[in-house]
Amino acid sequence: MTRYVLRRLLQAIPVFFGTTFLIYFMVFSMPGDPVLALFGDRTPSDAVLQAVREQYNLDQPFFVQYLLYLQGFFTGDMGVTFSGQSVNEVFVRAFPVTLKLVTIAVVTEFLLSVGFGLLSGLRKGKFADHASLVFALVLNSVPPFVALFVAQYFVGIKWGLAPVTVGANATWGALLLPGVTIALTIYVVGMRLMRGSVIEAREGDYVRTAYAKGLTSKRVVPVHVARNSLIPVITNSAASFGALIAGTTVTEGIFNIPGIGKVLYDAILRGENSTVVSFVTILTVMYIVVNILVDLLYAVLDPRIRYV
Amino acid sequence: MTETTPVTDTNGAAPVVGEDQPLISVHDLEVGFQTQNGIVNAVRGVSFDIYPGETVAIVGESGSGKSTTATALMKLLPGNGDITGGKVLVEGTDIVDHDEKQMAAIRGGVIGYVPQDPMSNLNPVWSVGFQVREAIRANGVATGKKEIEARAVEVLQQAGLADAERRMSQFPHQFSGGMRQRVLIGIGLGADPKLLIADEPTSALDVTVQKVILDHIESLTHEKGTAVLLITHDLGLAAERASKVIVMHQGRIVESGPSRDLLTNPQHPYTQRLIAAAPSLASRRIESSSAVAEAGVGADKFDVAQMAEQRAEKVDQDAAPIISVKNLTKEFQIRKGGFKSETFRAVDEISFDIPKGTTLALVGESGSGKSTAAKMILGLEVPTAGDIVVGGTNMTNVSRKDLFNLRARMQPVFQDPYSSLDPQRSIGATIAEPMKVHKVGDKAARRARVLELLDQVSLPEELAGRYPNELSGGQRQRVAIARPGAQAGRGRARRGGLRARRARPGADPPAPGGPAGRARAELPVHHARPRGGARHRRQRRGDGAGQDRRVRHHGRDLRVREAAVHAASARRDPGRRDRVGRLTLS
Repeated sequence: MTRYVLRRLLQAIPVFFGTTFLIYFMVFSMPGDPVLALFGDRTPSDAVLQAVREQYNLDQPFFVQYLLYLQGFFTGDMGVTFSGQSVNEVFVRAFPVTLKLVTIAVVTEFLLSVGFGLLSGLRKGKFADHASLVFALVLNSVPPFVALFVAQYFVGIKWGLAPVTVGANATWGALLLPGVTIALTIYVVGMRLMRGSVIEAREGDYVRTAYAKGLTSKRVVPVHVARNSLIPVITNSAASFGALIAGTTVTEGIFNIPGIGKVLYDAILRGENSTVVSFVTILTVMYIVVNILVDLLYAVLDPRIRYV
Repeated sequence: MTETTPVTDTNGAAPVVGEDQPLISVHDLEVGFQTQNGIVNAVRGVSFDIYPGETVAIVGESGSGKSTTATALMKLLPGNGDITGGKVLVEGTDIVDHDEKQMAAIRGGVIGYVPQDPMSNLNPVWSVGFQVREAIRANGVATGKKEIEARAVEVLQQAGLADAERRMSQFPHQFSGGMRQRVLIGIGLGADPKLLIADEPTSALDVTVQKVILDHIESLTHEKGTAVLLITHDLGLAAERASKVIVMHQGRIVESGPSRDLLTNPQHPYTQRLIAAAPSLASRRIESSSAVAEAGVGADKFDVAQMAEQRAEKVDQDAAPIISVKNLTKEFQIRKGGFKSETFRAVDEISFDIPKGTTLALVGESGSGKSTAAKMILGLEVPTAGDIVVGGTNMTNVSRKDLFNLRARMQPVFQDPYSSLDPQRSIGATIAEPMKVHKVGDKAARRARVLELLDQVSLPEELAGRYPNELSGGQRQRVAIARPGAQAGRGRARRGGLRARRARPGADPPAPGGPAGRARAELPVHHARPRGGARHRRQRRGDGAGQDRRVRHHGRDLRVREAAVHAASARRDPGRRDRVGRLTLS
């Protein structure tokens, strides 16, 4: 078990270097001079430009810049943004907001998947099955930003049931509307996975044995059917966890949420290498850790899986 | 034909309660399955009674409706099945229109169930204790956490799980097949039901475990006066365990009555065929034949020696063996938790030859290493030590290309007809695949060969377009037998090949002619029997070369008798004799 976790973490090392290098290289290769862009319409003197370049190590060759960056990263200093804030601080402020948003989205997505998947699977071929599929597909085919605008307009503005924007003080309540909206647009995949495994489990011999013991559906369905069907759904939800953290830019833009997505977007526009790379690196590490946790969760859900 | 007479227990004990009123009374039961081609009637007008304390067996081949009848008694038919007619009286009440709640009261408490396959009938994600406790709680046999726990341990101990207390928290995958079946017996009998339905309770188990399990069911139910409905394909086993036997064929009861009468004086031709085919009766014939031989009485139909003599063929002693195995050894590393691992010797220096055109049977219980040996010969497993020479090619360090060519001449028939057929491929595509891979013939020729092979295993042509899930277990096994014939049976490829087979002992006994019948005849020595009809007559000779060899099995030494049996395999066309070596596992 410990050995398994260690091995997985070791595997993460090349992933770490690969991602950081790739991201750093891509940002480095972006057209335009970030230092010039920083001054907008004004034209600074060469001496000032030189000073700024030196401050951000932009005068160094690419590899030196990259190594200097890595050095900083490992000593816990992710650099400074162009506006003078430390990247660490920005991250610490933005990250919990995004985490809250994504948690709401993933939990809702999981519940919708399990609920509707179970319903569809148990009523395979009946009206409820078809209806829930059509419903989920319609929601899934709406582009997320459209869904978010619609939700914002109706729920937030017209009916006044939720705050229209989130703002600096991002509370759970304020994040509920964007989170649930995201979940509604993606849950169809998890639902279909759940439906498939429920149909398979229902025909399983052990389910028949459970009924033969004298149990009723009330017990057999949750304990023997649903429990055995959860594994693929959990994988799917966990995978969407990673994808969502990296993909909240649009949501955070529409609802004015001060999370990672927004900071990242601004940093990319400004060409702030260290901010972009640091954020992406942390997200990569988190993605890896979440995946290890999911794999460990398998062992809890399915005792046949033992890691050695 | 459907006479139903109450019979007293074979052991002479009288029925326990309510002598005049049957526990279960089935009248004109009809069960239909909804399929793509409309409703298929699996059970057509079946009537019988089960009296308290008596043991009744339903016998029939796969697809005869015997399991469907049994599950209908508990209304546990699969989703597309339904009782379409008749009555099922449980203690005098018709259950056909019972709802789920009413049925839950009957299941477990009145009718207990022991399923066929212990591997798939326990939920893999819950501990064994959990699943036993659940059964006890559901039927209100015990209340309170402690009592339920105590009762669960007791039930498992009674079912023959000695260290039940310690094993309660373990999961099904940590149990062997036999142990799992004991757990299922414990669950089935946990609430002291009045009837136990045992649906082929041992067909998925080792021969050595089968008897123990059946004995256990018998003694437990006898003790408590539980009636038993035994579902089996083995008429001999049914006659041995039940007082009354019902023979089913194509959804109908063709004959029923006291087991001795049925066995000694079968009226229906189907029953007669079943008796001829029953595996346990065949082994008894072998047993009795040795006694006959000692007494100096020959020419008896039970004479196994003569049987073997009939099968024998002169083997060309000068020819090199098609397969030669020398000091073959396979070791596995078994993890022992933490960083430790242990070496397990699955195959321990075995050596044998298979001369051209002969059949070699490798006999042993599961875990004895026979399948591992076969896998190494097929090149599916790398030997730890020893040599395998197949048709002059040494399998050690064989190149991929040579191995590919060897496989054109060497084909397995796998044990499990359920998992060895690709569910996504039609039967025709499955059979044609080896020919396609080895580029034998064009599309039309392959198609023709597929149909020919299907015909040889007595399967209708329409099956080529069907998928494995639409076939019965017996039909699938026949497909598995037809598949290796695909390229081995053609022209140049025919000269010198090997077919390894371990046909599933559970497949239906009345196998028809062609390779299916042959494969059946090649089943383990104790299953072998003389078959009537020129088409089936193969000569077999136990050449006395049967060697005793030790194979290690979980620390014990088992003596595995390696019966080298040489056989000529006459095809349907006797003039066209193939020279295919065979390795039979059992």
